[in-house]
Amino acid sequence: MSTDQALPASALAAHNDNTARRAESDRRADNAFRYLVTGAGLFVLLALAGAAFSMLWGGKLAFSTFGISFLTTTDWDAVGHKFGALVPIYGTLVTALIAMLIAVPVSFGIALFLTEVAPPWLRTPVASAIELLAGIPSIIYGMWGLFVFVPVMSSTVIPFLNKYLGPLPILGPLFQGPPLGIGMLTAGIVLAIMVIPFISSVMREVFLTVPTRLKESAYALGSTTWEVSWNVVLPYTRSAVIGGVFLGLGRALGETMAVTFVLGNAHHLTASLLMPGNSIAATIANEFSEADSEIYQSSLVALGFLLFIVTFVVLAIAKLMLMRLNRNEGAK
Amino acid sequence: MLRSLTTRLALAGIVSAAAFTVQAADITGAGATFVYPVMSKWSADYSQATGNKINYQSIGSGGGIAQIKAGTVDFGSSDKPLESKELAEAGLGQFPSVIGGVVPVVNIQGVAPGKIQFTGPLLADIFLGKVTKWNDPQIVAVNAGITLPDALITVVHRSDGSGTTFNWVNYLSKVSPEWKQKIGEGTSVQWPVGVGGKGNEGVAAYVKQIPGSIGYVELAYSLQNKMTYGAVQNAAGKFVQPSRESFQAAAASADWKNAKDFYLIITNAPGETSWPIAATNFILMYKQPKDAARSKNALAFFKWALENGKAQAEALDFVPLPDELVKQIEAYWAAEIKA
Repeated sequence: MSTDQALPASALAAHNDNTARRAESDRRADNAFRYLVTGAGLFVLLALAGAAFSMLWGGKLAFSTFGISFLTTTDWDAVGHKFGALVPIYGTLVTALIAMLIAVPVSFGIALFLTEVAPPWLRTPVASAIELLAGIPSIIYGMWGLFVFVPVMSSTVIPFLNKYLGPLPILGPLFQGPPLGIGMLTAGIVLAIMVIPFISSVMREVFLTVPTRLKESAYALGSTTWEVSWNVVLPYTRSAVIGGVFLGLGRALGETMAVTFVLGNAHHLTASLLMPGNSIAATIANEFSEADSEIYQSSLVALGFLLFIVTFVVLAIAKLMLMRLNRNEGAK
Repeated sequence: MLRSLTTRLALAGIVSAAAFTVQAADITGAGATFVYPVMSKWSADYSQATGNKINYQSIGSGGGIAQIKAGTVDFGSSDKPLESKELAEAGLGQFPSVIGGVVPVVNIQGVAPGKIQFTGPLLADIFLGKVTKWNDPQIVAVNAGITLPDALITVVHRSDGSGTTFNWVNYLSKVSPEWKQKIGEGTSVQWPVGVGGKGNEGVAAYVKQIPGSIGYVELAYSLQNKMTYGAVQNAAGKFVQPSRESFQAAAASADWKNAKDFYLIITNAPGETSWPIAATNFILMYKQPKDAARSKNALAFFKWALENGKAQAEALDFVPLPDELVKQIEAYWAAEIKA
């Protein structure tokens, strides 16, 4: 009040005028900023919807010709113009599942090692090494898989599995087959190695966010390192850990080049994990350039749409699981 | 609305791709990967001799046919000839460019290249999954000189659509009624057994990796990778080795004179020394091109390549066309292509 009185009237008017102008330009800047970021957000949605619709549109000939049987038949006959997506869908899900069964525990181990167990001087080099793994192009993994890993599989691992797991009653059929070295198990293992860096670096980052006092309290109560990890670190970071796992799963579902090298690219549905199969991404990559009829091309685009749906459903399930977990937490 | 959106997106893609290629070269072509080595050698030498540049994109035969029909390139190339009806509908002309061959390759311990022999029906039975062991009586019957192991056969085929596959299954269809009826022919087919490798190099890699496997690749790939190729019995009943000479014999024995628009697949060719699975690459061009000057340039390139590019083709294990056929092609250009 006193300052206002001290100012001459003209200065006050100028001041008010300035403030008004300032407010006006602020509002405009604010609006522009809001439109800009809204546009950026909408762009993602539009791109997503555009991609989904154009794939659906491209695949409509396949969907209308084969109907629901496109999802349930195993034919993939470019000569007879009969296409069914069951083999690639099955292969995509099975290889991703194998990858996750291996990658999640290993990543958990890596992250715990780096945050709880490893001596401090070792943590940074190992963490950088893992991030470097994430930067290797997938075709390199494919070539490594084919030229280095496949011979190991066919000479050592598969005969071992045949001998010891093959005769088992229920699991047995999964591990029977000639030692080709190329197949769904090999593809799953190569995928696991490819997604481990993603999952483990997310896990490591979030494990580091656990407050030291929580861990120290647990140690003070006499917990072992394992008990601290399982009962304190993991519950504290659960949603972020699951997020990291699904980041890896998304990558495993859509991976193309590496899988093409070691999966065998055969449109056969077999119970055995040692036999060649096919995945959605690998089928598209292999066959799109030479798809010589309209229905063939349309079927491949329809496969792309299915991959989109499969990924979407898997991620939606993940979100639901997460929500349920959080709700249970609140109830406790 | 959606339709116009997708069409526009597709157009934008094609236009930008075309703009890019037009900028980079005087003549553009796209198609079969099979001829890429010889095309790039020819265009390098042609560019040195005349200053005209050729930009050939090896995107596959199916892609080559699609691109020439869309009018985005000056010539397309395909390992599978188009029938006269389809050519007429699109206003296209067609002529052969170079000949190669597909050979069976195997991975059996102790068998040297060229020592194992197959008959056509035997190959079909192996690829149908009916003959499953290397010591099967049918294989032993035609391979008296060598000992074959009691091992499973793993069939390796192409996972991508391919002109190589087309010629291979076209041959199997000609020699095996069962193959023709159950599987048929095309650039990709529904394989009853086996694993699929991407490209010639993918099949070559799988065959080398898997003991007891059999696959099929271009001759050049089997020679470069020092693979064990097999001899095949031809239509005259003789077992022949794959080589430039036996491919040449197949090309010469083929009845090009009576083939309208050169529609001729020279598998199972007659003649004592002919290789039974020889493959021809075909060039597709508009008969009445929108831009006559560009087509004229393209024809000048092919005239140069067919007449002066023989040594380059042979160095890459391809077979140049016989002189008689080249004359026939040049007459076809004069009569059919208004450039």
